[in-house]
Amino acid sequence: MTTQALIVKITAMSIDVQFFASLRELIGKQQFSLNYSEGIDVLTVWQQSSNGATMPDNTLCAINMEYVKTDAQVKDGDEVAFFPPVTGG
Amino acid sequence: MPAILINKPFNPWDEIQQYQSEHLQSGHYGATASFVGTMRDFNINESVSHMTLEHYPAMTQHFLDQLCLQCNKQFTLDDSLIIHRYGDIYPNEPIVLTAAWSAHREQAFDACRLLMEELKKRAPFWKKEVTENGERWVHDDQ
Repeated sequence: MTTQALIVKITAMSIDVQFFASLRELIGKQQFSLNYSEGIDVLTVWQQSSNGATMPDNTLCAINMEYVKTDAQVKDGDEVAFFPPVTGG
Repeated sequence: MPAILINKPFNPWDEIQQYQSEHLQSGHYGATASFVGTMRDFNINESVSHMTLEHYPAMTQHFLDQLCLQCNKQFTLDDSLIIHRYGDIYPNEPIVLTAAWSAHREQAFDACRLLMEELKKRAPFWKKEVTENGERWVHDDQ
């Protein structure tokens, strides 16, 4: 029991998930703290955070403020962001 | 070399003048190229009363800072500057300024163009317009 509890403590990780613009409105929240085991990619972060909503095809993803693809691996403490195509300028 | 995010109106011409006098070495640069994007009062055949420009503060700052650094190095610039609004913006207000200083015009023109094009393609900003029919997100193909 003690060993099992220790393993869970070591492998659990916390991810800061953020949604912007139309995706924030789609999901209904801007920020979400996701606790998960190791071996998670960006697409799984979306699936675990989006209340069952399908990811729009044109969604852009970032880990720690750098653009990534949906199969990028996420580490403990990472900030993962989802947003639609940008329209600045 | 800074990228500045600002939530109130600014005068791009005053900003160029001020930045130039405070940060550029007099007599060293021979070309200054600038671009100013200004809000229209129409889009997609509708009048637009104002818009809200949302951004992802930390990533936007990081992206624009890196973009200035990249352009300074790639075009051997004396310096570059980006100022971009966020928050509520009204027609005729400047949204963005990009500027590049270099010894010769070609580098300044090319750098100013690249600053703006990369910003449009990849900097995390999103426009939400308010029209007489309500609010709408602007899409990247509009």
